[in-house]
Amino acid sequence: MSRYVTFEIFRYDPEKDKEPYYQTYKVEIRRPGMLMLEGLNQIKWEQDPTLAFRRSCREGVCGSDGINVNGVNMLSCITKIEDLGTDHLVIQPLPGMPVMRDLVVDVTDFFEKFITVKPYLIRKSPTPDKEFYQSPEDRKKLDGLYECILCGCCSSSCPSYWADKNYLGPNAFLRAWRYLADSRDEGADERLPILNDKHGVWRCHTIYNCVEACPKELNPTKAIVEIRRMLMNRNY
Amino acid sequence: MSVKVEYHKFDVIILGAGGAGLNAAQVASQYCKTAVISEVYPTRSHTISAQGGISAALGNLEEDHWHWHMFDTVKGSDYLADQDACEYMTKLAPEMIIELEHIGLPFSRTPEGKIAQRPFGGHTAEFGKRPVKRACYAADRTGHAMLQTLYEKSVAQGTHFFSEFYALELLTNDGAVNGVLCWDIQNGGFHIFHAKAVVFATGGSGRIFKTNSNAHINTGDGIAMAMRAGYSWCDAEFFQFHPTGIYGAGNLITEGVRGEGGILLNANGERFMERYAPTIKDLAPRDIVSRSMMREILEGRGVGPNKDHILLKIDHIGADAIMEKLPGIHELALVFAGVDCTKEPIPVVPTAHYQNGGIPTNYLTQVVKAQGENPEEPVPGFFAAGECAAASVHGANRLGTNSLLDLVVFGRTAGEQAAKWAQNNKLVPLKDDAGDFGIKLFQKFANSNGKYTFGPIYNELIETMQKNVSVFRTEEGLKEALEKLDELEKKMDDFRVNDKSNIYNLELIEALELNNMIMVAKALTKAALERKESRGGHYRDDYPERDDENYLKHTEVFYQDGEFEVKYRPVRMKPLTVDPFPPKPRVY
Repeated sequence: MSRYVTFEIFRYDPEKDKEPYYQTYKVEIRRPGMLMLEGLNQIKWEQDPTLAFRRSCREGVCGSDGINVNGVNMLSCITKIEDLGTDHLVIQPLPGMPVMRDLVVDVTDFFEKFITVKPYLIRKSPTPDKEFYQSPEDRKKLDGLYECILCGCCSSSCPSYWADKNYLGPNAFLRAWRYLADSRDEGADERLPILNDKHGVWRCHTIYNCVEACPKELNPTKAIVEIRRMLMNRNY
Repeated sequence: MSVKVEYHKFDVIILGAGGAGLNAAQVASQYCKTAVISEVYPTRSHTISAQGGISAALGNLEEDHWHWHMFDTVKGSDYLADQDACEYMTKLAPEMIIELEHIGLPFSRTPEGKIAQRPFGGHTAEFGKRPVKRACYAADRTGHAMLQTLYEKSVAQGTHFFSEFYALELLTNDGAVNGVLCWDIQNGGFHIFHAKAVVFATGGSGRIFKTNSNAHINTGDGIAMAMRAGYSWCDAEFFQFHPTGIYGAGNLITEGVRGEGGILLNANGERFMERYAPTIKDLAPRDIVSRSMMREILEGRGVGPNKDHILLKIDHIGADAIMEKLPGIHELALVFAGVDCTKEPIPVVPTAHYQNGGIPTNYLTQVVKAQGENPEEPVPGFFAAGECAAASVHGANRLGTNSLLDLVVFGRTAGEQAAKWAQNNKLVPLKDDAGDFGIKLFQKFANSNGKYTFGPIYNELIETMQKNVSVFRTEEGLKEALEKLDELEKKMDDFRVNDKSNIYNLELIEALELNNMIMVAKALTKAALERKESRGGHYRDDYPERDDENYLKHTEVFYQDGEFEVKYRPVRMKPLTVDPFPPKPRVY
């Protein structure tokens, strides 16, 4: 890796730009393992303060800073520049979501779809005084599901999500399965009809983009398969 | 003023969508029309980063009692915490954990299926005799699991969310708090949220330090707004340094690592905590461990070419145990230190982490202010919880896992109290000039065309705070810091914001945050200068002893017309039902 890399960044301010354009910056590599977010902050704080992007926790758990670099969705705060294997980085907002400004996309629809699948524990039986007991084996079923950080990298990489504006998308399915798989939950009857819709799990074409894009190495496709199996078993 | 402002009316508004704000929201929404206003989307607040656990004397793995937890909290605070609040929080803790479990938090489990618990620094059984397993956890993603669960619960309760709104001014009228002025970050435009009750849950201010564990948004905005509105910042000088931030990066390695058997080593390979805390060693409270590490470094036993950090060894507990109980820290060490912690130790250094003090409240989360003879008169309609508030249960040093507990217990109380207030009181009308101050402040920066920009001033700020106001402090260093901060404050009058857009203008938001950070840094430094003793997270090289005779009292920093004034308020030494714990030397 040379001392400088090029960031070619998508720029668009609806208040002054008729069309988006790309702007090129030289970013100095100041330490081994330097992260994409450090590069973006370097531009913002030292070269061009007008660049807009999102970030918060800067350690890969809040999901604010999903961006697309050289065609792949990722979180800027945990992606090492050197791991991208090139000195020329084309940086764009997450695809498939309306651009608000520069690298900032409108996530309203993404959050609404997430809420559609009733992402909370639903109980019908009486609640015990103590905690619900859950065996370590049952708890293990939630590993690989509850770690989702709502960054949108999966849904925004999904061709079905791009093509069908009502498609719920991999994120919503992963979250739905996180609750369906929870031994404490009794909400399957409420959630399954929503998932069985034509904009639901059947629209997934098993392209695996979501799996590839997930920065937390989760597997929404597997969740979709599990939901389909549950639907089949219930004779929907 | 001819600026267009959009108005909204709610019963309760909650500023901030971290653990405290969302728990307040899900409770208040059950009773009345409630809105949450947040600078970021609800699942992106700093609570999301909390790793190791949330404390409660559940006794799931060994005998435990809330009274022991209360003792640890009071002793851990170096006796500066209010004992009624400590009793309230520790007594409610088990019930709170069960409630979180009932709404879906995916806790790790014991073989029988109960919530699993691990040891954490400063938590002991039988009033200090031995470490106890008190921290409930969801692997090392406890904060993430908790924040998402609370968000989902508040969604289920129908809470109204205003995400990516930046607050500019706390609105008051006739001694009551009745709203907030905000700027819509996404679309531009001012909004006034007019409400019967306002809950502040705006988090901390760790970004004022160079090495810090905090999210980008922890810039002290709530504290600054409250101070501008005439309320104080209680115990500002007590800023906690977490012992194990990743060297060079600041990202945190949870204390849960030491709870699972991790140990700290100096350059000689010595487990040095045995010398400083012979009974509980690496599980001593954070202020003690941080200070011990800095001593090792200052005395030349630090690690690395510059001898400026310490090693945290965990590989001896085995790769399987690490991957099951601490998968997140394995990932963090790999990304931020380039170290595989199943094989090598992690380089760590004390890192600015938690604002112990905050807007003063009583244990019912009502914000208090001195009025006549009463040092703690509740402010009508104003509540605060979480890191931005001081109930006060952390005093001079916070025990690990007590922050998540503080968030949920006082968050819930704030939700209940605010809803009750809203049900029993009328909407206080807005003043004619409501919002004018905030709009002017905003426009000052929006239209600024001076010399200085964010980057260089921010750098000077964090370098100054790191050098002069961190783990060890002296009169000389603190005075030097104040001079520097005055300079930076002046530069803010000659500032330039290049971006003139109304749409997602991050440069403008950062300018407003920087303005707040400088204010907060000055208040903190001023409070530290006036406290001529050492207690908890505040250590003065020139006054190394705790001085109960003169300083067993809360600091309160007030701001008026550009000046800071430091006053004091008695510590509430009387618990609600049990006997008080009188101050004793802190030996672990």
